[in-house]
Amino acid sequence: MRMVIVAGTPGSGKTAVLIHALQSINEMGLKSAVVKIDCLYTDDDRKFAKIGVPTKVGLSMDMCPDHYAIYNLEEMIDWAGENQAELLVVETAGLCHRCAPFTVNSLGVCVIDATSGPNTPLKVGPFLSTADIAVITKGDMISQAEREIFRERILEVNPECKIIEANGLSGQGCAELADEFMKSQEVSLDQEKLRHSAPLAVCTLCVGETRVNKKHHRGILRRIDGFQSYEGE
Amino acid sequence: MIEEITIIGGFDKQENPEPVKKVIIKKGEIFGVVGPTGSGKSSLIGDIEQLSQEDTFSKRKILVNGEEPSYEDRTNPRKKMVAQLSQNMNFLADMTVGDFLSLHAKCRGAHSKCVNAVIELANTLTGEPIKKEHDLTILSGGQSRALMVADVAIISNSPIVLIDELENAGIRKHDALKALAGHGKIVMVVTHDPVLALMTDKRIVMKNGGMQAIVGTNDKEKDLSKKLNKIDGLMLSLRDKVRNGEVIDNVDVKI
Repeated sequence: MRMVIVAGTPGSGKTAVLIHALQSINEMGLKSAVVKIDCLYTDDDRKFAKIGVPTKVGLSMDMCPDHYAIYNLEEMIDWAGENQAELLVVETAGLCHRCAPFTVNSLGVCVIDATSGPNTPLKVGPFLSTADIAVITKGDMISQAEREIFRERILEVNPECKIIEANGLSGQGCAELADEFMKSQEVSLDQEKLRHSAPLAVCTLCVGETRVNKKHHRGILRRIDGFQSYEGE
Repeated sequence: MIEEITIIGGFDKQENPEPVKKVIIKKGEIFGVVGPTGSGKSSLIGDIEQLSQEDTFSKRKILVNGEEPSYEDRTNPRKKMVAQLSQNMNFLADMTVGDFLSLHAKCRGAHSKCVNAVIELANTLTGEPIKKEHDLTILSGGQSRALMVADVAIISNSPIVLIDELENAGIRKHDALKALAGHGKIVMVVTHDPVLALMTDKRIVMKNGGMQAIVGTNDKEKDLSKKLNKIDGLMLSLRDKVRNGEVIDNVDVKI
């Protein structure tokens, strides 16, 4: 399974950009599936359903949504496989600026809103600094000069990333993003690691475990099917 | 060197093909973009700013010297061929005027000495003076607009200049246009103002999101443009008097 993980602050336009990009993916003949992770509520699944992409929602409730996404990657890949998808896109909730849910071999995409001010790229931390692609949205709302400064700031934080300026309303830039999705590689979760360790909390991920396979995890683990268990002594 | 840009027509808001299939704008030409609000003027300018390759609503394609621009040319601000003054009236960036201009100069590969020149030019276009240590976000609409004009003219010194509704915010539009439309550039001006529209060489007429027609400014219009300029000059002098608290006792309407 090829895997794309999309992170970004709430309201930055992740879903809007993805819908356009996945339409292009459809046109290119690659079958995709989306898992949307949120905390309490989302109706984004209906938006994805409209373009004919199988969608699964995972609500993490009181658990950190990024941790929840990481624990459930195997289930997501299995589910995407059952839906004959070749590409799995995981859209994360985008709550705190501390986690970066990207794994080493997935394609890491960070969506960031240009109207949030030129200091935002310096604040958001690992989900920007470890991303392969930074998608800048809402650039049409600010002056060209501010847009150029915003871009420069992103490159200060992550000099290696590819920047795509996209518009979630018109779809401009989203075809370029789809081209990058097409270049993503197969991911096998057995030895797969996170690019950046998750912060302090109450489970093995919180203390720095980066291996994603379930066998490495202890603590209170909530599964995407609703079951929750405690693993450990 | 940019000799010309080509706009290849796409589709209007109802997804009908645009009546104008192709527009070529050559170095040194000033084009106007006219049409009612919502007719797609700003979108046309936006397409050119992004050097769109059939990837926007309109599906227009922009060629530079007859060729598709490279990805690098489209995105890297240091290579950027297009300077744009958009309709925005306010800055959102939370920093001082001086810091902002220095940062932008760095992005564009311009010298940091530009900063003072930008502020000086901006202050010739607007009433209340702008200072280096002012916060960007507290500037008035007119001050922001004047600073954007000066920034585009000096720091974003690009061969293609796009100007969206220069007449907004009560800045000195003729001086602003002169500062922006340097010699040998490709200039496009979106406007509702007949004075500005008749100053251009040709104008693109927009309707319903599509390019409807190209109208060349004829000799009669050029003569009329001179008259309109005088009327405009009169209006400007009256405006300044009213602004300065003077009483208007006579208006000379014989032009």
